[in-house]
Amino acid sequence: METNRNESIKKVLLLGSGALKIGEAGEFDYSGSQALKALREEGIETVLINPNIATVQTSEGVADNIYFLPVTPYFVEKVIEKERPDGIMLAFGGQTALNCGVQLFHDGVLEKYGVKVLGTPVEAIIDTEDREKFVEKLNEIDVKTIKSEAVESAEAACEAAKRLGYPVIVRAAYALGGLGSGFCDNEEELLSTVEKAFSFSPQVLIEKSLRGWKEVEYEVVRDRFDNCITVCNMENFDPLGIHTGESIVIAPSQTLSNRDYHKLRELSIKIIRHIGIVGECNVQYAYDPESEDYRVIEVNARLSRSSALASKATGYPLAFVAAKLGLGYGLFDIKNSVTKTTGAFFEPALDYVVCKIPRWDLGKFHGVDKELGSIMKSVGEVMAIGRTFEEAIQKGLRMIGQGMHGFVENKELVIPDIDKALREPTDKRIFVISKAFRAGYTVDQVHRLTMIDKWFLEKLMNIMHTSEELHALDTVAKDVKDIEGGVAALTELCRQPDNYELLLRAKMQGFSDFQVSRALGLEKRLGVDHGIKAVRLARKELGIVPVVKQIDTLAAEYPAQTNYLYLTYSGKTNDIHYEHDDRSIVVLGSGAYRIGSSVEFDWCGVQALNTIRKEGYRSVMINYNPETVSTDYDMCDRLYFDELSFERVMDILELETPHGVIVSTGGQIPNNLAMRLDEEHVPILGTSAKSIDNAEDRDKFSAMLDRIGVDQPEWSALTSMEDINAFVDKVGFPVLVRPSYVLSGAAMNVCSNPEELERFLKLAANVSKQHPVVVSQFIEHAKEVEMDAVAKDGEIIAYAISEHIEFAGVHSGDATIQFPPQKLYVETVRRIKRISREIARELKISGPFNIQFLARDNDIKVIECNLRASRSFPFVSKVLKINLIELATKIMLGIPVEKPDKNLFDLDYVGIKASQFSFNRLQNADPVLGVDMVSTGEVGCLGRDTQCAVLKSMLSVGYRIPKKNVLLSIGTPKQKVAMLEAARLLSEKGYHIYATGGSSKFLSDNGIENTRVYWPDEPEKKPQAIDLLHSKEIELVVNTPKNLTPGELRNGYRIRRAAIDLNIPLITNVRLASAFINAFCTMTLDDLCIAPWSEYK
Amino acid sequence: MRKVTLILDDGSRYEGKSFGYERPIAGEVVFNTAMTGYPESLTDPSYAGQLMTLTYPLVGNYGVPSTETGPDGLPVNMESDRIHADAIIVSDYSPAYCHWNARESLGDWLKREKVVGVTGIDTRALTKNLREHGVMMGKIVFDDEPEAEEPEMPDYGAINYVDIVSTKTPVVYAQGESRVLAADAPAEVIDSTLNEPGRKRVVLVDCGVKSNIIRCLLKRGVEVVRVPWDYDYNNLKFDGLFLSNGPGDPDRCEAAVANLRKAFTNPELPIFGICMGNQLLSKAAGAHIYKLKYGHRSHNQPVRMAGTDRCFITSQNHGYAVDSSTLSKDWEPLFINMNDGSNEGIRHKKNPWFSAQFHPEAASGPTDTEFLFDDFVKLL
Repeated sequence: METNRNESIKKVLLLGSGALKIGEAGEFDYSGSQALKALREEGIETVLINPNIATVQTSEGVADNIYFLPVTPYFVEKVIEKERPDGIMLAFGGQTALNCGVQLFHDGVLEKYGVKVLGTPVEAIIDTEDREKFVEKLNEIDVKTIKSEAVESAEAACEAAKRLGYPVIVRAAYALGGLGSGFCDNEEELLSTVEKAFSFSPQVLIEKSLRGWKEVEYEVVRDRFDNCITVCNMENFDPLGIHTGESIVIAPSQTLSNRDYHKLRELSIKIIRHIGIVGECNVQYAYDPESEDYRVIEVNARLSRSSALASKATGYPLAFVAAKLGLGYGLFDIKNSVTKTTGAFFEPALDYVVCKIPRWDLGKFHGVDKELGSIMKSVGEVMAIGRTFEEAIQKGLRMIGQGMHGFVENKELVIPDIDKALREPTDKRIFVISKAFRAGYTVDQVHRLTMIDKWFLEKLMNIMHTSEELHALDTVAKDVKDIEGGVAALTELCRQPDNYELLLRAKMQGFSDFQVSRALGLEKRLGVDHGIKAVRLARKELGIVPVVKQIDTLAAEYPAQTNYLYLTYSGKTNDIHYEHDDRSIVVLGSGAYRIGSSVEFDWCGVQALNTIRKEGYRSVMINYNPETVSTDYDMCDRLYFDELSFERVMDILELETPHGVIVSTGGQIPNNLAMRLDEEHVPILGTSAKSIDNAEDRDKFSAMLDRIGVDQPEWSALTSMEDINAFVDKVGFPVLVRPSYVLSGAAMNVCSNPEELERFLKLAANVSKQHPVVVSQFIEHAKEVEMDAVAKDGEIIAYAISEHIEFAGVHSGDATIQFPPQKLYVETVRRIKRISREIARELKISGPFNIQFLARDNDIKVIECNLRASRSFPFVSKVLKINLIELATKIMLGIPVEKPDKNLFDLDYVGIKASQFSFNRLQNADPVLGVDMVSTGEVGCLGRDTQCAVLKSMLSVGYRIPKKNVLLSIGTPKQKVAMLEAARLLSEKGYHIYATGGSSKFLSDNGIENTRVYWPDEPEKKPQAIDLLHSKEIELVVNTPKNLTPGELRNGYRIRRAAIDLNIPLITNVRLASAFINAFCTMTLDDLCIAPWSEYK
Repeated sequence: MRKVTLILDDGSRYEGKSFGYERPIAGEVVFNTAMTGYPESLTDPSYAGQLMTLTYPLVGNYGVPSTETGPDGLPVNMESDRIHADAIIVSDYSPAYCHWNARESLGDWLKREKVVGVTGIDTRALTKNLREHGVMMGKIVFDDEPEAEEPEMPDYGAINYVDIVSTKTPVVYAQGESRVLAADAPAEVIDSTLNEPGRKRVVLVDCGVKSNIIRCLLKRGVEVVRVPWDYDYNNLKFDGLFLSNGPGDPDRCEAAVANLRKAFTNPELPIFGICMGNQLLSKAAGAHIYKLKYGHRSHNQPVRMAGTDRCFITSQNHGYAVDSSTLSKDWEPLFINMNDGSNEGIRHKKNPWFSAQFHPEAASGPTDTEFLFDDFVKLL
C-alpha cells in the first residue's frame, strides 16, 4: 500500500532533555517516550541520548540504543558519527534538545553526516527562537506581537526602556523557562536584570509590559499537507505577568466567548502555517480583558510543558502524533488512540474542566525570593479534573501536597498585609484570596488588587459561601462523642432537604470529607481520622457518592475504549462497568514532582504496571501528575487521574475491589497511606502495613535495632531546653535538630555550638511537650552508603550497595553516588549486607526497600530505612541491569522468582549519579548543600572507570571544563587538606588558581602557585573575587563553607550567588570538587568512551 | 431554583433545576459538544423544536452580549433575532458571568425570551443515552406541578420547522443597510431595491438562515436578497443562488426543491448551499436523505475534501444527511466526514453548483472553511 511516510528514514536519533530542572521536568520523559513508541511502531530503529537515568524513556525496550551522555553538540556529534542515523528529532527534549539541534545545524554537523531533521525544519525553529526574526515573521502576516527591542548592551537597554515606557519586561533570547528575565519598573531594576540576562544570552529583549491582560495558550498541530488543528486551549488563572509555569492554568478557557476563542484559534493556525511547523507547537497570547485586542507572546516550536498538560487534559497524544507527522504522515493517516474508531484529525471536545496548579518548594531554600513573576520557580505541577471549576480547583489544591485541604478549612495563614499579599503574588496567593474572602473582601476588591478575572473569583467565592453555610451548622457536632454518633448526627441533619442539598453541593464543589468534618466541627470532637470517617459513613448512608467518568476526547459522542478516568460528584452514573473478578492490581502513584520525589518514582510505578500487565493482571494506576509517563492512559488498563488521598483512594478501591494494592513504588505519599488503608482491610501487597509502620516510627524502629544489635546515631525526642542540653553534653556537637513543629524556614538544621543551637531553637522551633524536637548525633567525615534491595518473606533476593562521593551531611538526594562502590572496605560491605539481612528478616519485608548507612572506618550505623522503592532504584537497576521493581512486583504478586545470578561485583564499569540544581531560577537562594535536599533532578552516566563516569555525569548536569582560571575558597583546614591534591593537579595542568585569604595561604605554604583574591567585605583591596566573576575570567568556582551556620554562610554567599547568577559552574563540596577536577585533569573529552548502555556488559 | 425533571421517550429521567423561563416543554432532545458559543447556538434557527444539551458542563460564564440589530439589519452578536431552541440543558450553569461584552446573564436572557433552562443534569449520562438510542423526544416538567400540566409531545419529523423560522417576506441587504419588502413585492421592485449597478447579487433562500451567512456574503461585496424558503426567485435578476441552513426534515421542503430544479435550467448560475442547503441541493440532484442516529452538533467535526489530502475542522449542526450513493451521475461528493464517512457536501461535475453539510460561516465554531464563500463569490 502506498504510504505518506518517508521510507528512507530507517534509523532516528532522538534527543532527551537531560536532568530534571525547573522549567524542564518530567514532561519531556512523557513526550520522548511517546515519540519513541510512535517510531518503534513503524519498525524504525531508535537511538536516544539522555543522561537522565531515572526516566522511563531510558528503560529497556523503549529505545533500541540508549546513550547516557550529555545532550550537548559535542556528544551528540560523537553519537551521530557512531550511529549514523537517517533522521533526528529535536522537538521532544525541551529547550535543551532544541538548542543543541540548532547548534548542530549551525555547525554543519547535520549536513556533514546527512542527518535529516524530522518535523519542523530548523529554519522555522530559529524563526521562533530569535525574537527579532520572530516579530518580523509575524509582521509579514499582520499578526501583532509584543512591542520589543533587541539590545546587546545595558545602555541600549535603558534607551529602549525609555522609548517603550516603564514598566518593561526583560527577556534573554534562547533561554528556557524565562531564565534571566524579569519585570522592571525603573532604570535601577532594569540594570540589575539585564546584567543577569546578558550572562545567559548575548541578546536581550526589552518589551512593553501588558500586566493585567489575560494569558491564553493554544496547542496547534500541522502536518506537511498543511492540515491544521488546535488540540486544546488553556487560560491562565493569573493574568499576564506571571510565567505560565507559575500560574494556575485552566483548560479549556473559561472566560472567552466564541468570538474570542475562535479569533485566537484562527490566528494560531495562520501563524503555524506561516512559520511552517510540521508537528506540534504552542502559541501564547496576551488578550485584553476589555476588548478583542491581543498580542502573541511567543511560539514554542516543540513539545512543551503545556503540550504535555494539553495531552493529559484532552486525551490527545500530542507527542505521539507529532512524531508520526515528522515521519511524513498526514493527520488523516493516524487513528485516535482513545476511541480507536475515529481519527487523529479532530479537535477534542471536553466535558469536564481541568485545573493545573504548580507545586513550589521555596521553603527549602535559604533567602529565596517568594514573589512570582516572569521566571519559573515551581518544581512540579498537578492536574485536577472535575465537572465544576470549584471541584477541580479544590482537588488540585489538595494534590499539591503542601498541607492544604482545598480552598477553605486550611490552617490559618499569618499574613500581615492582605492587600500587599494580593497585589504582589507569591506561591501562597490563592490562599491569601481565601483569607481575604473570609475577612470580608468582596470579589471586586480582590479583582482590583489581583486583576484575576472576576469569573474565577466568583467561583472561589461560591466555595467560601458553602463553607460559611457549613460552619453555621456546626452545632451538629455538639454532643458527638464517637464515629457512630457523628454519623447519626449528620444523617439526622440531612433529613432536612436544605441540609442534604448543602452537603451534596459541598461535595460537588470539591469539599473533601476532611473539609466537611472540620467545617461542621466534627474534627474538633473526633479528631482528624475519625471525623473523616464519620462524614464518609454518613455520606454513603445518604447516597452521596462520587461517580466515575471517562475522558474520551469527544464528550461521549463516540464510544471510547480507553479507560482514562476521574471521579466527580456532578453526575449520577458510572461510565465503567466493574468486573469484580479479583484481577485488578492498583498501583498508587507518586503525585506532584517535588524536591525529593520526582521522575524516579514514576519509573518505579511504570515498571510495576508493566510487570502487572505481563503477569496477566489488570493494571490500575492512581496518580495526578500530568508530567509523567505513569499517567499516560496507554501504560495501564485503567488510569484514575485523581487524588491520592485516603478518601479518594478508598472511593476507587470500593469500586474496583482489587486483588491487591501496591503502595511501595510511589514514594512517600502511598507509603504514608499504608496504615490507614490496612485498617480498612485493603489488601496491601508485599510488606505489611505494620512493618511499614515499624520502620517509619522512630521509637519502634530504634527499639528493633537495639533488639537485633544494630547501631544507629544517638537520638532523642526532647521537650525542653534542659533535656536538649543534657543530650548534647552526652553526644557532643555537631547535632542535627529536627523540630516537629516548624515556625519558619527549613525543617532541620545542623548546629555546631551552643549559641547556634539556642538561636535555631528560639527562632525556628517551639520546643514543648506537644512539639518535641528530635536531636541526633551528627557524625562528621563519615561515608554514606545506600542499600537498595528487594526481599521476599524477609529474605533478600537482590541488592545494590552504592556509595556517596560526598561525606555524610549532604542530603542523599543531593549527593553524588557511585555504583558499584569503588572505595568501600570489603569488611564494610560485608557488615552492611549482614545488617540489611537482619532488618529484612525482622520486618518480614516482601518487596523493595532501602537502608541508608553511615560508615566511618568499619563502624556502621543505620540512619534510615524505608520499606519502599527509593530514589536510587532506577539508577541501580539500570547500572546493574536487573530491574529491581520488576522483581519486587513479581514478589508482591506472589509469583515465584529466582535470585539473580549476577551481583554488583561482576560489573566492569561504574555508574555515577549526579545531581542537578536549579539555583539559577531561585533568585537570592543560597546555592549551598546541606541536610535538606535542594536538587531538582539527577543524571546517571556509565564509564569504564570512575573518572570517566564522573566527567560525563558532571558535564550532564551543566558543569563545564574550565579552560584557564579556577577560584578556590575552601572553608575548614580539613577541607583544605582534602583539596590539596586536586589543587596540585590543577596547577600541574597549567590552570591558574585564584584563592581567597586562607586558601591562598594554604596553597602557597604547600608550594602551589596562586593569586590571592579578596572578599566583598574588603572592597578596597584588589583583585576582587566578584570582579573576576563578572568579567567571566573565572570558569569554575569551588567554595565550601566551614559549616552551615548563618554567619559562615553569609561570608561566601555573594561569591556563590554571583557564580550562579553569572552562569559560572560552582561546586560547594570538596570531595565532589576533587573528583571533578581529578577527572578533567586526568582525561580529556576525547578519552571518554561513546558507548550505548547495551555495550556495558 | 425549582426542581425539574427531563423525561425521555424511553422513560429515562434526569433530575435538574430550572434557571430559565419556567414552563413545561417538549421537543427533540439533542446534544452539542461545542465548548463555546451558547448565544450563537441558541439563536441558530436550526435548533427550532429542539431541547439542546451542552456536553461542556460549565455554561453561562461569559454572559450574553446585547441582542441589538446593526445598521445592516442583522443582529450584531446573534445568529437571528431570537432564541430558537426550546430549551438548553446543562450540568453547571454559572449565574455569575464576566465579559466586557456581556449585557445580562444567560438565565435572564432565557427568562426574557421565555426559553427553558435546566442545570444540574448529568449531561454525560444523557449524551451517552442519546448516542446509544439515537435522538429522542423528551419533555421537561416541573416537579411541583401536577402531571396534567405536562406538555404534548410534538411529532418532530412531521412539522415543517423551516416554514416557522423562514422570513415571511423578501429582505434586501446591500449598501450597509437592509429593506424589508412586501411578501408580494413585484420582481422589478425587488431587483431595484438597494441595487448598485455592477454589484453582484445573490438570492438567498432562507430556510432558517444564520446571520453570519449573510455577513459572510456581504463582507465579500455582494448584495443579498433573502427570500422565503418556498419563494420562486426564478423571475428575479441575480448572479448567484444561495441555499441556507434550516431546521427539521428536508422532505418537508419540496417547494424549495421544485424551485431549485427550475434554477438548474441555467447551467451557468452559481449555486452554493449550506447544511439544509446541501440537503435540498442533493434532493434536487436526485439523492435520498436519511436521519442520522444522533446527528452532528459540534465544533470539531473533521471533513476531508473528496480525493484530496485537504482536511478541515468544521462546525456542524444537523440531524439529517445525504446518502451519497443515491446522487445522480452528474454529481459527486465534495466533502466526507472523517469520523463516520457520511456525506459533508456535494458538487456538480460540470456546473458551478456545490454545497457543504457543515457551516463554513462558523458562528459558533471554527472558521477554517470560510474560503468556500470566496470560492462562491469568485464564480459570480
